[in-house]
Amino acid sequence: MSQKKSVIEIDHVDFAYNGDLILEDVTLTVKERDFLGVVGPNGSGKTTLLKIILGLIHPLRGKVRVFGQAPERARHLIGYVPQHTDLDSSFPISVMDVVLIGRLGKAPLLGRYGKTDRQAAEEAMQEVEIYDLRNRRFGTLSGGQKQRVLMARALVGKPNLLLLDEPTTSVDGRVEQDIYELLKKLNEQVTIILVSHDLGFISSYVKHVACVNQRLVCNPTNEITGDVIEACYSGPVHMIKHQCEL
Amino acid sequence: MFEFMVALKSQGFMQNAVIIGLFASVACGIMGTYVVVKRIVFISGGISHTVLGGMGIAYYYGYHPIYGAVVSALVAAIVIGLVSLRYHQYEDTIIGALWAIGMAVGILFIYKTPGYNIDLMSYLFGNILMVDKGSVYLVASLDALIIALVLLFYKRFLAVCFDEEYSQLQGIGVVTTYLLLLCLIALTIVILIQVVGIILVIALLTLPAATARYYVRSLGQMMILASLLGAVFTTSGLIVSYQPNLPAGATIIVIAGLAYLLATVFKGLASRVHGHRDKGTHEKMAGLEQGCKITES
Repeated sequence: MSQKKSVIEIDHVDFAYNGDLILEDVTLTVKERDFLGVVGPNGSGKTTLLKIILGLIHPLRGKVRVFGQAPERARHLIGYVPQHTDLDSSFPISVMDVVLIGRLGKAPLLGRYGKTDRQAAEEAMQEVEIYDLRNRRFGTLSGGQKQRVLMARALVGKPNLLLLDEPTTSVDGRVEQDIYELLKKLNEQVTIILVSHDLGFISSYVKHVACVNQRLVCNPTNEITGDVIEACYSGPVHMIKHQCEL
Repeated sequence: MFEFMVALKSQGFMQNAVIIGLFASVACGIMGTYVVVKRIVFISGGISHTVLGGMGIAYYYGYHPIYGAVVSALVAAIVIGLVSLRYHQYEDTIIGALWAIGMAVGILFIYKTPGYNIDLMSYLFGNILMVDKGSVYLVASLDALIIALVLLFYKRFLAVCFDEEYSQLQGIGVVTTYLLLLCLIALTIVILIQVVGIILVIALLTLPAATARYYVRSLGQMMILASLLGAVFTTSGLIVSYQPNLPAGATIIVIAGLAYLLATVFKGLASRVHGHRDKGTHEKMAGLEQGCKITES
Protein backbone atom coordinates (compact mmCIF):
# COMPACT_ATOMS: atom_id res chain seq x y z
CA MET A 1 0.00 0.00 0.00
CA SER A 2 1.26 3.44 -0.83
CA GLN A 3 2.14 6.00 1.82
CA LYS A 4 -0.96 7.91 2.94
CA LYS A 5 -1.03 11.60 2.09
CA SER A 6 -1.08 14.28 4.78
CA VAL A 7 -4.41 16.09 5.01
CA ILE A 8 -3.44 18.55 7.71
CA GLU A 9 0.00 19.83 8.66
CA ILE A 10 0.21 22.09 11.67
CA ASP A 11 3.74 23.24 12.37
CA HIS A 12 4.78 24.95 15.64
CA VAL A 13 1.59 26.97 15.95
CA ASP A 14 0.95 29.53 18.70
CA PHE A 15 -2.41 31.22 19.07
CA ALA A 16 -3.28 34.07 21.42
CA TYR A 17 -6.54 35.88 22.09
CA ASN A 18 -6.49 39.27 23.83
CA GLY A 19 -2.90 38.59 24.94
CA ASP A 20 -3.70 35.19 26.47
CA LEU A 21 -1.87 32.27 24.93
CA ILE A 22 -4.50 29.66 24.05
CA LEU A 23 -2.34 27.28 22.02
CA GLU A 24 1.41 26.96 22.35
CA ASP A 25 3.83 25.24 20.02
CA VAL A 26 1.30 22.80 18.56
CA THR A 27 2.62 20.47 15.89
CA LEU A 28 0.26 17.92 14.42
CA THR A 29 -0.03 15.92 11.23
CA VAL A 30 -3.23 14.16 10.18
CA LYS A 31 -3.08 11.56 7.43
CA GLU A 32 -5.72 10.64 4.88
CA ARG A 33 -8.68 8.63 6.27
CA ASP A 34 -7.52 9.02 9.84
CA PHE A 35 -10.11 9.34 12.59
CA LEU A 36 -8.53 11.63 15.16
CA GLY A 37 -10.13 12.34 18.50
CA VAL A 38 -9.03 15.61 20.11
CA VAL A 39 -9.67 15.60 23.84
CA GLY A 40 -8.86 18.01 26.62
CA PRO A 41 -10.53 19.86 29.47
CA ASN A 42 -12.92 22.79 28.88
CA GLY A 43 -11.13 25.89 27.67
CA SER A 44 -8.06 23.92 26.61
CA GLY A 45 -8.10 25.23 23.03
CA LYS A 46 -9.79 22.32 21.24
CA THR A 47 -12.33 24.45 19.38
CA THR A 48 -9.60 27.01 18.67
CA LEU A 49 -7.62 24.28 16.94
CA LEU A 50 -10.62 23.46 14.70
CA LYS A 51 -11.12 27.13 13.84
CA ILE A 52 -7.46 27.45 12.88
CA ILE A 53 -7.84 24.46 10.53
CA LEU A 54 -10.91 26.15 9.03
CA GLY A 55 -9.01 29.43 8.59
CA LEU A 56 -11.62 31.29 10.66
CA ILE A 57 -8.82 32.53 12.92
CA HIS A 58 -5.13 32.87 12.24
CA PRO A 59 -2.22 31.70 14.38
CA LEU A 60 0.20 34.13 15.94
CA ARG A 61 3.16 32.03 14.79
CA GLY A 62 3.62 28.83 12.87
CA LYS A 63 2.34 27.32 9.66
CA VAL A 64 -0.95 25.59 8.84
CA ARG A 65 -1.55 23.63 5.66
CA VAL A 66 -4.79 21.86 4.75
CA PHE A 67 -4.62 19.63 1.66
CA GLY A 68 -1.30 21.40 1.00
CA GLN A 69 -2.95 24.82 0.80
CA ALA A 70 -3.71 27.76 3.05
CA PRO A 71 -6.80 26.86 5.16
CA GLU A 72 -9.07 29.47 3.51
CA ARG A 73 -8.38 27.94 0.10
CA ALA A 74 -9.19 24.43 1.26
CA ARG A 75 -12.56 25.28 2.82
CA HIS A 76 -14.56 23.74 -0.02
CA LEU A 77 -13.00 20.39 0.90
CA ILE A 78 -13.97 20.63 4.58
CA GLY A 79 -17.28 19.86 6.26
CA TYR A 80 -17.70 21.45 9.66
CA VAL A 81 -20.19 20.46 12.36
CA PRO A 82 -20.31 23.17 15.04
CA GLN A 83 -21.99 22.81 18.43
CA HIS A 84 -25.72 23.09 17.78
CA THR A 85 -26.20 24.94 21.06
CA ASP A 86 -24.55 27.99 19.43
CA LEU A 87 -27.48 28.29 17.02
CA ASP A 88 -30.68 30.21 17.78
CA SER A 89 -33.39 27.60 18.35
CA SER A 90 -36.18 30.18 18.00
CA PHE A 91 -35.14 30.99 14.42
CA PRO A 92 -37.90 30.15 11.91
CA ILE A 93 -35.94 27.93 9.52
CA SER A 94 -36.74 24.46 8.19
CA VAL A 95 -34.37 21.50 8.32
CA MET A 96 -34.14 21.56 4.52
CA ASP A 97 -33.06 25.22 4.54
CA VAL A 98 -30.41 24.56 7.19
CA VAL A 99 -28.94 21.73 5.11
CA LEU A 100 -29.04 23.86 1.95
CA ILE A 101 -26.72 26.41 3.60
CA GLY A 102 -24.03 23.79 3.00
CA ARG A 103 -24.55 24.34 -0.75
CA LEU A 104 -24.41 28.13 -0.63
CA GLY A 105 -20.87 28.32 -2.00
CA LYS A 106 -21.79 26.14 -5.01
CA ALA A 107 -25.31 27.46 -5.63
CA PRO A 108 -26.15 30.25 -8.11
CA LEU A 109 -25.11 33.70 -6.85
CA LEU A 110 -28.63 35.17 -7.00
CA GLY A 111 -32.12 33.80 -6.63
CA ARG A 112 -33.13 30.36 -5.43
CA TYR A 113 -31.15 27.16 -4.95
CA GLY A 114 -30.90 25.02 -8.07
CA LYS A 115 -32.29 21.53 -8.61
CA THR A 116 -28.86 19.92 -8.10
CA ASP A 117 -28.54 21.73 -4.74
CA ARG A 118 -31.88 20.35 -3.57
CA GLN A 119 -31.00 16.87 -4.75
CA ALA A 120 -27.66 16.98 -2.93
CA ALA A 121 -29.44 18.18 0.23
CA GLU A 122 -31.97 15.33 0.01
CA GLU A 123 -29.20 12.76 -0.44
CA ALA A 124 -27.27 14.13 2.54
CA MET A 125 -30.43 14.01 4.69
CA GLN A 126 -31.04 10.39 3.66
CA GLU A 127 -27.45 9.53 4.51
CA VAL A 128 -27.88 10.66 8.12
CA GLU A 129 -31.50 9.42 8.24
CA ILE A 130 -33.32 12.71 8.77
CA TYR A 131 -35.15 12.90 5.45
CA ASP A 132 -38.51 12.61 7.22
CA LEU A 133 -37.70 15.69 9.27
CA ARG A 134 -36.96 17.90 6.26
CA ASN A 135 -39.99 20.18 6.67
CA ARG A 136 -39.76 20.49 10.46
CA ARG A 137 -38.58 23.70 12.09
CA PHE A 138 -34.95 23.26 13.18
CA GLY A 139 -35.55 24.70 16.64
CA THR A 140 -38.20 22.08 17.52
CA LEU A 141 -35.84 19.12 17.06
CA SER A 142 -34.08 17.20 19.82
CA GLY A 143 -30.35 17.58 20.43
CA GLY A 144 -29.48 14.38 18.57
CA GLN A 145 -31.67 15.31 15.60
CA LYS A 146 -30.13 18.79 15.40
CA GLN A 147 -26.72 17.16 15.41
CA ARG A 148 -27.69 15.02 12.43
CA VAL A 149 -29.04 18.06 10.58
CA LEU A 150 -25.71 19.82 11.04
CA MET A 151 -23.93 16.68 9.87
CA ALA A 152 -26.09 16.62 6.74
CA ARG A 153 -25.21 20.27 6.16
CA ALA A 154 -21.52 19.41 6.44
CA LEU A 155 -21.86 16.37 4.13
CA VAL A 156 -23.90 18.10 1.43
CA GLY A 157 -20.72 19.79 0.14
CA LYS A 158 -19.12 16.32 -0.37
CA PRO A 159 -16.14 17.06 1.91
CA ASN A 160 -12.88 15.11 2.09
CA LEU A 161 -12.33 16.21 5.68
CA LEU A 162 -14.96 16.35 8.41
CA LEU A 163 -14.48 18.40 11.57
CA LEU A 164 -16.89 17.89 14.48
CA ASP A 165 -17.06 19.98 17.65
CA GLU A 166 -18.52 18.05 20.61
CA PRO A 167 -21.07 16.15 18.49
CA THR A 168 -22.46 14.24 21.44
CA THR A 169 -23.19 17.02 23.93
CA SER A 170 -26.78 16.92 25.16
CA VAL A 171 -27.60 13.58 23.53
CA ASP A 172 -28.20 10.34 25.39
CA GLY A 173 -25.98 7.28 25.22
CA ARG A 174 -27.89 5.43 22.50
CA VAL A 175 -27.95 8.43 20.15
CA GLU A 176 -24.27 8.97 20.92
CA GLN A 177 -23.54 5.43 19.78
CA ASP A 178 -25.62 5.93 16.61
CA ILE A 179 -23.64 9.04 15.76
CA TYR A 180 -20.34 7.25 16.23
CA GLU A 181 -21.49 4.30 14.10
CA LEU A 182 -22.41 6.75 11.35
CA LEU A 183 -19.02 8.44 11.61
CA LYS A 184 -17.30 5.08 11.42
CA LYS A 185 -19.08 4.40 8.14
CA LEU A 186 -18.21 7.85 6.76
CA ASN A 187 -14.60 7.33 7.80
CA GLU A 188 -14.20 4.75 5.05
CA GLN A 189 -13.90 7.67 2.65
CA VAL A 190 -13.49 10.82 4.70
CA THR A 191 -10.82 11.97 7.15
CA ILE A 192 -12.43 12.88 10.46
CA ILE A 193 -11.34 15.05 13.37
CA LEU A 194 -13.64 14.99 16.37
CA VAL A 195 -13.33 17.26 19.39
CA SER A 196 -14.67 16.10 22.73
CA HIS A 197 -14.15 16.83 26.40
CA ASP A 198 -15.46 13.37 27.24
CA LEU A 199 -13.00 10.49 27.04
CA GLY A 200 -15.65 7.85 27.63
CA PHE A 201 -16.91 6.70 24.25
CA ILE A 202 -14.34 8.32 22.07
CA SER A 203 -11.55 5.77 22.48
CA SER A 204 -13.48 2.83 21.06
CA TYR A 205 -14.16 4.53 17.73
CA VAL A 206 -11.24 6.79 16.89
CA LYS A 207 -7.98 5.60 15.42
CA HIS A 208 -5.78 8.15 17.19
CA VAL A 209 -6.18 10.52 20.10
CA ALA A 210 -4.54 13.89 20.67
CA CYS A 211 -4.81 15.60 24.06
CA VAL A 212 -4.82 19.37 24.01
CA ASN A 213 -4.29 21.56 27.02
CA GLN A 214 -2.72 24.70 25.58
CA ARG A 215 0.09 22.43 24.41
CA LEU A 216 -0.39 19.18 22.60
CA VAL A 217 0.26 16.97 25.59
CA CYS A 218 0.21 13.64 23.90
CA ASN A 219 0.86 13.08 20.28
CA PRO A 220 -1.49 10.90 18.28
CA THR A 221 1.25 8.43 17.52
CA ASN A 222 1.73 7.57 21.19
CA GLU A 223 -0.26 4.90 22.88
CA ILE A 224 -2.93 6.16 25.22
CA THR A 225 -1.98 5.36 28.77
CA GLY A 226 -3.27 6.61 32.09
CA ASP A 227 -0.09 8.65 32.60
CA VAL A 228 -0.52 10.56 29.36
CA ILE A 229 -4.14 11.32 30.06
CA GLU A 230 -3.31 12.50 33.54
CA ALA A 231 -0.69 14.80 32.08
CA CYS A 232 -3.33 16.20 29.76
CA TYR A 233 -5.91 16.89 32.42
CA SER A 234 -3.18 17.81 34.92
CA GLY A 235 -4.57 15.49 37.56
CA PRO A 236 -6.06 12.02 37.90
CA VAL A 237 -9.14 11.50 35.78
CA HIS A 238 -12.22 10.20 37.50
CA MET A 239 -13.60 7.61 35.19
CA ILE A 240 -17.33 7.95 35.11
CA LYS A 241 -19.32 4.78 35.05
CA HIS A 242 -22.81 4.88 33.59
CA GLN A 243 -25.20 2.65 35.45
CA CYS A 244 -28.66 2.31 34.07
CA GLU A 245 -31.32 0.53 36.03
CA LEU A 246 -34.63 0.39 34.25
CA MET B 1 -65.56 55.19 10.90
CA PHE B 2 -68.20 56.86 8.69
CA GLU B 3 -66.38 60.21 8.81
CA PHE B 4 -63.18 58.42 7.90
CA MET B 5 -64.77 56.83 4.84
CA VAL B 6 -66.11 60.20 3.72
CA ALA B 7 -62.67 61.78 4.18
CA LEU B 8 -61.04 58.87 2.34
CA LYS B 9 -63.33 59.44 -0.66
CA SER B 10 -63.05 63.20 -0.81
CA GLN B 11 -59.64 64.11 0.62
CA GLY B 12 -56.38 63.55 -1.27
CA PHE B 13 -54.32 63.68 1.92
CA MET B 14 -56.28 60.80 3.42
CA GLN B 15 -55.78 58.68 0.29
CA ASN B 16 -52.03 59.43 0.40
CA ALA B 17 -51.95 58.46 4.08
CA VAL B 18 -53.63 55.08 3.51
CA ILE B 19 -51.49 54.29 0.45
CA ILE B 20 -48.22 55.19 2.18
CA GLY B 21 -49.30 53.16 5.19
CA LEU B 22 -49.83 50.09 2.99
CA PHE B 23 -46.49 50.55 1.20
CA ALA B 24 -44.78 50.99 4.55
CA SER B 25 -46.35 47.74 5.80
CA VAL B 26 -44.75 45.71 3.02
CA ALA B 27 -41.29 47.11 3.78
CA CYS B 28 -41.66 46.77 7.54
CA GLY B 29 -42.98 43.21 7.25
CA ILE B 30 -40.06 42.06 5.10
CA MET B 31 -37.17 43.92 6.73
CA GLY B 32 -38.63 43.85 10.23
CA THR B 33 -38.49 40.06 10.01
CA TYR B 34 -34.71 40.23 9.53
CA VAL B 35 -34.35 42.75 12.37
CA VAL B 36 -36.23 40.45 14.75
CA VAL B 37 -34.62 37.12 13.84
CA LYS B 38 -31.09 38.56 13.60
CA ARG B 39 -31.67 40.45 16.88
CA ILE B 40 -30.42 43.77 15.55
CA VAL B 41 -33.08 46.01 17.07
CA PHE B 42 -30.44 48.19 18.73
CA ILE B 43 -28.48 48.57 15.48
CA SER B 44 -31.71 49.57 13.71
CA GLY B 45 -32.42 52.08 16.50
CA GLY B 46 -28.98 53.58 15.94
CA ILE B 47 -29.61 53.93 12.20
CA SER B 48 -33.03 55.50 12.64
CA HIS B 49 -31.91 58.14 15.14
CA THR B 50 -28.85 59.25 13.15
CA VAL B 51 -31.30 59.95 10.30
CA LEU B 52 -32.33 63.19 12.06
CA GLY B 53 -28.81 64.50 11.36
CA GLY B 54 -29.27 64.01 7.61
CA MET B 55 -32.78 65.46 7.65
CA GLY B 56 -31.55 68.56 9.52
CA ILE B 57 -28.63 69.11 7.13
CA ALA B 58 -30.86 68.68 4.03
CA TYR B 59 -33.38 71.08 5.50
CA TYR B 60 -30.67 73.69 6.26
CA TYR B 61 -29.40 73.62 2.67
CA GLY B 62 -32.90 73.82 1.24
CA TYR B 63 -33.44 70.23 0.08
CA HIS B 64 -36.39 67.98 0.85
CA PRO B 65 -35.55 66.30 4.20
CA ILE B 66 -36.38 62.83 2.80
CA TYR B 67 -33.27 62.96 0.55
CA GLY B 68 -31.11 63.81 3.55
CA ALA B 69 -32.79 60.92 5.37
CA VAL B 70 -31.95 58.43 2.59
CA VAL B 71 -28.28 59.47 2.47
CA SER B 72 -27.75 59.58 6.23
CA ALA B 73 -29.58 56.27 6.79
CA LEU B 74 -27.32 54.50 4.26
CA VAL B 75 -24.14 56.07 5.70
CA ALA B 76 -25.24 55.18 9.25
CA ALA B 77 -26.03 51.59 8.17
CA ILE B 78 -22.55 51.06 6.71
CA VAL B 79 -20.70 52.74 9.61
CA ILE B 80 -22.71 50.93 12.30
CA GLY B 81 -22.47 47.66 10.36
CA LEU B 82 -18.69 47.86 10.19
CA VAL B 83 -18.50 48.80 13.88
CA SER B 84 -20.62 45.80 14.85
CA LEU B 85 -18.45 43.45 12.75
CA ARG B 86 -15.01 44.81 13.64
CA TYR B 87 -15.38 46.15 17.18
CA HIS B 88 -17.94 43.75 18.53
CA GLN B 89 -16.91 44.33 22.15
CA TYR B 90 -17.64 48.06 22.05
CA GLU B 91 -20.60 47.75 19.68
CA ASP B 92 -23.33 49.04 21.98
CA THR B 93 -21.28 51.95 23.31
CA ILE B 94 -20.28 53.14 19.84
CA ILE B 95 -23.81 52.77 18.45
CA GLY B 96 -25.16 54.66 21.47
CA ALA B 97 -22.73 57.51 20.76
CA LEU B 98 -23.60 57.66 17.03
CA TRP B 99 -27.29 57.57 17.93
CA ALA B 100 -26.96 60.68 20.15
CA ILE B 101 -24.54 62.57 17.89
CA GLY B 102 -26.83 62.08 14.89
CA MET B 103 -29.81 63.51 16.73
CA ALA B 104 -27.78 66.41 18.16
CA VAL B 105 -26.43 67.37 14.73
CA GLY B 106 -29.96 67.32 13.33
CA ILE B 107 -31.30 69.56 16.06
CA LEU B 108 -28.41 72.05 15.63
CA PHE B 109 -29.04 72.36 11.88
CA ILE B 110 -32.79 72.64 12.26
CA TYR B 111 -32.30 75.31 14.95
CA LYS B 112 -29.95 77.32 12.72
CA THR B 113 -32.14 77.13 9.61
CA PRO B 114 -33.36 80.64 8.76
CA GLY B 115 -36.99 81.37 8.02
CA TYR B 116 -40.04 79.92 9.66
CA ASN B 117 -39.45 77.29 12.27
CA ILE B 118 -40.44 73.85 11.06
CA ASP B 119 -42.34 71.45 13.15
CA LEU B 120 -39.64 69.32 14.78
CA MET B 121 -42.39 67.19 16.26
CA SER B 122 -43.45 65.90 12.84
CA TYR B 123 -39.91 64.60 12.17
CA LEU B 124 -39.75 62.94 15.56
CA PHE B 125 -43.28 61.54 15.72
CA GLY B 126 -44.26 61.57 12.04
CA ASN B 127 -47.22 63.13 10.33
CA ILE B 128 -48.76 60.67 7.96
CA LEU B 129 -51.56 63.07 7.06
CA MET B 130 -49.04 65.58 5.68
CA VAL B 131 -47.27 63.29 3.16
CA ASP B 132 -47.38 64.54 -0.43
CA LYS B 133 -47.67 62.65 -3.74
CA GLY B 134 -43.87 62.91 -4.21
CA SER B 135 -43.23 60.99 -1.00
CA VAL B 136 -45.75 58.33 -2.06
CA TYR B 137 -43.86 57.76 -5.33
CA LEU B 138 -40.50 57.69 -3.55
CA VAL B 139 -41.77 55.19 -0.99
CA ALA B 140 -43.28 53.02 -3.77
CA SER B 141 -39.95 52.87 -5.60
CA LEU B 142 -38.03 52.09 -2.38
CA ASP B 143 -40.53 49.27 -1.77
CA ALA B 144 -39.91 47.85 -5.24
CA LEU B 145 -36.15 48.03 -4.70
CA ILE B 146 -36.39 46.25 -1.33
CA ILE B 147 -38.60 43.45 -2.69
CA ALA B 148 -36.36 42.91 -5.72
CA LEU B 149 -33.15 42.72 -3.69
CA VAL B 150 -34.65 40.46 -1.03
CA LEU B 151 -35.86 38.06 -3.75
CA LEU B 152 -32.39 38.00 -5.28
CA PHE B 153 -30.48 37.62 -2.01
CA TYR B 154 -33.04 35.62 -0.01
CA LYS B 155 -30.92 32.51 0.53
CA ARG B 156 -27.81 34.54 1.41
CA PHE B 157 -29.65 36.76 3.89
CA LEU B 158 -31.17 33.66 5.47
CA ALA B 159 -27.78 31.95 5.78
CA VAL B 160 -26.02 35.01 7.21
CA CYS B 161 -28.82 35.66 9.72
CA PHE B 162 -28.98 32.05 10.90
CA ASP B 163 -25.29 31.11 10.94
CA GLU B 164 -22.76 33.81 10.10
CA GLU B 165 -19.75 31.57 10.71
CA TYR B 166 -20.93 28.81 8.39
CA SER B 167 -21.78 31.35 5.68
CA GLN B 168 -18.22 32.62 5.93
CA LEU B 169 -16.96 29.06 5.43
CA GLN B 170 -19.05 28.89 2.26
CA GLY B 171 -17.04 31.86 0.99
CA ILE B 172 -19.98 34.12 0.21
CA GLY B 173 -18.75 37.54 1.40
CA VAL B 174 -20.51 37.77 4.73
CA VAL B 175 -19.49 41.41 5.26
CA THR B 176 -21.00 42.63 1.97
CA THR B 177 -24.15 40.58 2.48
CA TYR B 178 -24.59 41.91 6.02
CA LEU B 179 -24.00 45.53 4.95
CA LEU B 180 -26.48 45.14 2.08
CA LEU B 181 -29.03 43.81 4.55
CA LEU B 182 -28.44 46.81 6.85
CA CYS B 183 -28.76 49.21 3.90
CA LEU B 184 -32.17 47.73 3.03
CA ILE B 185 -33.17 48.09 6.69
CA ALA B 186 -31.99 51.73 6.48
CA LEU B 187 -34.23 52.38 3.45
CA THR B 188 -37.14 50.76 5.28
CA ILE B 189 -36.51 53.08 8.22
CA VAL B 190 -36.72 56.09 5.88
CA ILE B 191 -40.09 54.83 4.63
CA LEU B 192 -41.43 54.20 8.12
CA ILE B 193 -40.29 57.63 9.36
CA GLN B 194 -42.87 59.10 6.96
CA VAL B 195 -45.54 57.21 8.85
CA VAL B 196 -44.62 57.27 12.52
CA GLY B 197 -41.51 59.46 12.83
CA ILE B 198 -38.01 58.77 14.09
CA ILE B 199 -38.83 57.99 17.72
CA LEU B 200 -41.52 55.39 17.00
CA VAL B 201 -39.95 53.80 13.93
CA ILE B 202 -38.37 50.91 15.85
CA ALA B 203 -41.77 49.86 17.17
CA LEU B 204 -43.32 49.69 13.70
CA LEU B 205 -40.26 47.86 12.38
CA THR B 206 -40.30 45.15 15.04
CA LEU B 207 -43.83 44.70 16.44
CA PRO B 208 -45.57 43.25 13.33
CA ALA B 209 -42.67 40.82 12.78
CA ALA B 210 -42.43 39.89 16.46
CA THR B 211 -46.19 39.20 16.53
CA ALA B 212 -46.03 37.19 13.30
CA ARG B 213 -43.18 35.06 14.66
CA TYR B 214 -45.54 33.24 17.03
CA TYR B 215 -47.53 31.76 14.16
CA VAL B 216 -45.02 30.88 11.44
CA ARG B 217 -42.52 28.18 10.52
CA SER B 218 -40.38 29.93 7.95
CA LEU B 219 -38.89 33.33 7.26
CA GLY B 220 -41.04 33.77 4.13
CA GLN B 221 -44.27 33.12 6.05
CA MET B 222 -43.12 35.53 8.75
CA MET B 223 -42.58 38.27 6.15
CA ILE B 224 -46.02 37.82 4.61
CA LEU B 225 -47.87 37.70 7.93
CA ALA B 226 -45.88 40.66 9.30
CA SER B 227 -46.76 42.71 6.21
CA LEU B 228 -50.46 41.89 6.60
CA LEU B 229 -50.34 42.77 10.30
CA GLY B 230 -48.53 46.02 9.46
CA ALA B 231 -51.30 46.90 6.99
CA VAL B 232 -53.95 46.20 9.62
CA PHE B 233 -52.13 48.27 12.26
CA THR B 234 -51.50 51.33 10.06
CA THR B 235 -54.97 51.39 8.51
CA SER B 236 -56.81 50.81 11.78
CA GLY B 237 -54.56 53.43 13.43
CA LEU B 238 -55.65 55.95 10.81
CA ILE B 239 -59.33 55.06 11.27
CA VAL B 240 -59.23 55.17 15.08
CA SER B 241 -57.27 58.43 15.23
CA TYR B 242 -59.32 60.32 12.64
CA GLN B 243 -62.45 61.37 14.47
CA PRO B 244 -61.02 62.19 17.93
CA ASN B 245 -58.16 63.98 16.10
CA LEU B 246 -55.41 61.93 17.74
CA PRO B 247 -51.83 61.78 16.40
CA ALA B 248 -51.94 58.93 13.84
CA GLY B 249 -48.38 57.67 14.38
CA ALA B 250 -48.79 57.21 18.12
CA THR B 251 -52.20 55.54 17.63
CA ILE B 252 -50.72 53.05 15.14
CA ILE B 253 -47.97 52.15 17.60
CA VAL B 254 -50.35 51.69 20.54
CA ILE B 255 -52.48 49.32 18.43
CA ALA B 256 -49.40 47.39 17.27
CA GLY B 257 -48.06 47.19 20.83
CA LEU B 258 -51.38 45.93 22.23
CA ALA B 259 -51.62 43.30 19.50
CA TYR B 260 -48.11 42.11 20.33
CA LEU B 261 -48.88 41.94 24.05
CA LEU B 262 -52.10 40.00 23.40
CA ALA B 263 -50.32 37.58 21.08
CA THR B 264 -47.62 37.04 23.70
CA VAL B 265 -50.16 36.35 26.45
CA PHE B 266 -52.11 33.95 24.20
CA LYS B 267 -48.91 32.17 23.26
CA GLY B 268 -48.01 31.81 26.93
CA LEU B 269 -51.46 30.42 27.79
CA ALA B 270 -51.43 28.07 24.81
CA SER B 271 -48.06 26.59 25.72
CA ARG B 272 -49.21 26.18 29.33
CA VAL B 273 -52.28 24.20 28.21
CA HIS B 274 -50.05 22.22 25.89
CA GLY B 275 -47.65 21.64 28.78
CA HIS B 276 -50.48 20.16 30.94
CA ARG B 277 -51.36 17.73 28.21
CA ASP B 278 -47.74 16.60 27.97
CA LYS B 279 -47.27 16.40 31.71
CA GLY B 280 -47.97 12.69 31.92
CA THR B 281 -45.25 11.88 29.41
CA HIS B 282 -42.82 14.21 31.19
CA GLU B 283 -43.36 12.42 34.48
CA LYS B 284 -42.65 9.10 32.82
CA MET B 285 -39.46 10.51 31.36
CA ALA B 286 -38.39 11.90 34.73
CA GLY B 287 -38.87 8.46 36.26
CA LEU B 288 -36.65 6.93 33.61
CA GLU B 289 -33.98 9.53 34.20
CA GLN B 290 -34.02 8.88 37.92
CA GLY B 291 -33.53 5.20 37.29
CA CYS B 292 -30.42 6.02 35.34
CA LYS B 293 -27.97 6.96 38.02
CA ILE B 294 -24.53 8.19 37.25
CA THR B 295 -22.09 7.21 39.93
CA GLU B 296 -18.46 8.08 40.30
CA SER B 297 -16.17 5.36 41.37
